[in-house]
Amino acid sequence: MTEKKTDMEPVIKVKDLRAYFKTPKGLAKAVDGVSFEIPKGGTFALVGESGCGKSVTALSLIQLVPEPAGYIAGGEIILNGRDMVPLDERSKREIRGNKISMIFQEPMTSLNPVFTIGDQLMETIVLHQGKRKGEARKAAIEMLEKVHLPEPERLFGEYPHRLSGGQRQRVMIAMALACRPDLLIADEPTTALDVTIQEEILRLIREMKGSLGTAVLLITHNMALVYRNADMVGVMYAGKLVESASTQELFRNPMHPYTIKLLRSIPGQEKRGKALDTIPGAVPSAVSYPAGCHFSGRCPREMEGCASIEPPLAERAQGHSVACHLHDPGFMNQPHSRPLRQEPDALPPLAVPASERETILEVSDLKTWYPIRKGVLKRTVGHVKAVDGIDLSIKKGSTLALVGESGCGKTTAGKSIIQLIKPTRGEVLYKGADIAALGERRLKPFRSSLQIIFQDPYSSLNPRLTVRETIEEGLRAVKPGMGKIERAEKVRSVLERVGLGPEAMSRYPHEFSGGQRQRIGIARALAVDPEFIVCDEAVSALDVSVQAQILNLLKSIQRDFGLSFLFITHDLGVVEYIADEVAVMHRGMIVERGTTAEIFSNPRHDYTKKLLSAVPRIDSRLAEFWDLPGLSL
Amino acid sequence: MPVILATDFIVFFLAGAVIYFAFAVRRDGAAASAWREIRKNRLAMACLAVLALYFSVALLDSIRYRDPVINEDGVQAMTEEGSALYSAQALSLLDRAFEGMRTNHEKTYSAPFARQLFVKENIELTDGTTVREYAPLKHPGAHFLGTDKVGNDVFFNALKGIRTAVVIGAGTTLIIVPFAIFFGVVAGYFGGILDDIVQYIYTTLASIPGVLLIVAFMLLFGTTGYQGGLISEGQLSLGVFVFNDRLFWLALILGITSWTDLCRLIRGETLKLRELEYVQASRAFGVSRPGIIYRHIVPNVMHLVLITFVLQFSALVLAEAILSYIGIGVGPQMGSWGNMINTSRLELSMDPVVWWNLTASFLFMFGLVLPANIFGDAVRDALDPRLRYR
Repeated sequence: MTEKKTDMEPVIKVKDLRAYFKTPKGLAKAVDGVSFEIPKGGTFALVGESGCGKSVTALSLIQLVPEPAGYIAGGEIILNGRDMVPLDERSKREIRGNKISMIFQEPMTSLNPVFTIGDQLMETIVLHQGKRKGEARKAAIEMLEKVHLPEPERLFGEYPHRLSGGQRQRVMIAMALACRPDLLIADEPTTALDVTIQEEILRLIREMKGSLGTAVLLITHNMALVYRNADMVGVMYAGKLVESASTQELFRNPMHPYTIKLLRSIPGQEKRGKALDTIPGAVPSAVSYPAGCHFSGRCPREMEGCASIEPPLAERAQGHSVACHLHDPGFMNQPHSRPLRQEPDALPPLAVPASERETILEVSDLKTWYPIRKGVLKRTVGHVKAVDGIDLSIKKGSTLALVGESGCGKTTAGKSIIQLIKPTRGEVLYKGADIAALGERRLKPFRSSLQIIFQDPYSSLNPRLTVRETIEEGLRAVKPGMGKIERAEKVRSVLERVGLGPEAMSRYPHEFSGGQRQRIGIARALAVDPEFIVCDEAVSALDVSVQAQILNLLKSIQRDFGLSFLFITHDLGVVEYIADEVAVMHRGMIVERGTTAEIFSNPRHDYTKKLLSAVPRIDSRLAEFWDLPGLSL
Repeated sequence: MPVILATDFIVFFLAGAVIYFAFAVRRDGAAASAWREIRKNRLAMACLAVLALYFSVALLDSIRYRDPVINEDGVQAMTEEGSALYSAQALSLLDRAFEGMRTNHEKTYSAPFARQLFVKENIELTDGTTVREYAPLKHPGAHFLGTDKVGNDVFFNALKGIRTAVVIGAGTTLIIVPFAIFFGVVAGYFGGILDDIVQYIYTTLASIPGVLLIVAFMLLFGTTGYQGGLISEGQLSLGVFVFNDRLFWLALILGITSWTDLCRLIRGETLKLRELEYVQASRAFGVSRPGIIYRHIVPNVMHLVLITFVLQFSALVLAEAILSYIGIGVGPQMGSWGNMINTSRLELSMDPVVWWNLTASFLFMFGLVLPANIFGDAVRDALDPRLRYR
């Protein structure tokens, strides 16, 4: 993985970078002392959960911290031996796009829809390289060829909306590399893309790096992606770099408790039947970090001095730096190294008992077609076959995962099953009754049994209702006879079940974090005593450590209430961890069905094989090295 | 003998709504916390005080009664049938409170606080010679916003304009909001044929030039309507009601022509909200469609209603001015800022300029529209839990 020697002069050297924001609540120290360097042709990955300052670090490098609230408060950014921080705006502009360029997460919005691909590509070339139009055109087409876009001549004159997401991201890469920059910043370059395309884009970045010798700063929250694509890794937490090492070293010997916890919270096959490791609490707000180590308060190995004495980022092994007192012999000899608490290292088992072999829900030949209407009279000229004849069966107390790429119809299938969308054809047998054939009124008794949890914790709760009102809504609809006190008691008990206190009842959704909102969404579904829940990408929008908490919660409620889940997701790690059975969906149809072990060890269909091979994975054997450093009590 | 105009119902309805909300705030916890939030905002409270002042003027101007006619011999005049005879003039409480101002006429223009008329006239002196001089006022210093062409007090005229503005602004909105919310939400939420019908209606309405529609409507209904001033027995039904009130027709037609914009906005927002996950979650519970609309859709389009209301309010007051100019607005005897602005067009071209008519109407209009805007913003912020507790 390390292709180049690191003894060369680094392309970029960041020293103690600080980027602050003025907010009404005080100074937000988004980036609070980050140092790293990237050699020519090397890839440095910055990982961490959302809100840790990764993106602000990237914006600082291209000197685009959102003004006037944000500013660079200190540090040096040395590009090819020259500090960029004190430069004037004109010189900075010359560097941006020319020496340093950036690709963003969202390929749908990073291209201007009113200009052709060619125009946008040529703009950078003309601007930075001073080429004439004809030459620029030639260079642009050459770049499109280099990023393996088909028919570059034709694409040159196309508008962005004619391209798929993956193609657009290729165009973005072509634009970013057109001027042969020294540094390419890729901020979550594949997060918005499908797995199968993700791998292609990353391969392209690797290839371009190899042929142009560009240094790459890869920003991501996905540990597996880092494992496969980076030479060096820096782990960020609350504005600080807490650990930095070569990729091999970091995954083999993680030292910082945060890194270890993060790695252990990644769901995967080897963790089946166990609870996932979680980190208690939440990332502290950037305006109120603890005075000492920013991880203090959440750390499983916290010592007395941790909250007040800041650990420096120091090299503790060959090329492996970590900011943690546990690895500082000087600190450990002091009296303040007495441990505050030590959490048990072993994870509690969280096995869901083998499902009773009773089929609770059976779907046969389910079709949901949307008519395409044209003309003044709106005649139906064709159909979008979102779901085109699927068969599924789910047993009581078990989890069926429905996997597939975006747009394959898996969400429509889930909603059609619980009758949020009326299917065009087919049967949905719930305990023997065909609910697809029922009208809204006769369906009502079934509504409480079939529930759904959504992906986006932000749009799934009405911002104008308190948590109590949100949860009570279902109770009112399903059990109209329930008394007021009884209802309040029920709300309190489901909130407690999902790990929220009764004080949450009178608060509004925006006062909660993403993970907490997801808990509220689960409580809402749980309140009406369902038997079958569709989890529509229920953990996809969450950070790894929060995702682990929610997965643990889902598993434990499944165990306690004997729930059946239809788990709709594109994240195969989650599937391996939670699902009993898997159905792979492709273009509205199910191409393969089987138990999780069968599908993962012996995929039959070509599409399944492609999907499985595209997912980046961390070697599962490494997990045995991820132990928290011991503390002698 | 009371006289009740059709537009008085609008004012009374508003008064009733204010009282209802005052009580609702006491009972309902959410409304009470919103109210506490508004109370914290001093600017909004000041604006509320100004609005309350305006509204009480409008209310005072909406309670009117006719005095019995008193014969010269001091007894009440009777008709031939033996019932009491009442004056043709129905004076409101406001008229009566500002009796002095209402009756203190001058001959013509006079500047604010002036002691003499604004224009010179021939005055015959006691020695028989005639000089051209500024004549002294009958009530020097009493007109603190001056007098208009026919010598009426401008301040009093502007006061009388308040009721007209409140009726036009609030009355029209009362028509717009239910129409727009109902049709917008129905079209957006149910879609299909209902959506088509609503869209056809509002595109048709919007494609007819607004002024043309208003002119046609006013010529059909408004020409014979009561325009202020004396009331004839023929206009009264049951002896007390005047239903054929020109101002009412004006509010109605302005409402009919201007609900389309808000409706379009609400339809679009509903289309978006309908697909949101909390609406889907609600459907998964089997909550009825009216229930979803009431709990999830309508509260989340209210910000549009408030924004449109404050923007439209000033536009409506101005529309009244324009319509008065082409002669189909409120009658000249019913005080209105539109009429005042209209007459000041010519006054501005005089030399020296007669500026106080325009200034007075401007100040009064400004004093209503600005606080309405600020208070509207404060209400919107207070009702949005996302903006609270920050």
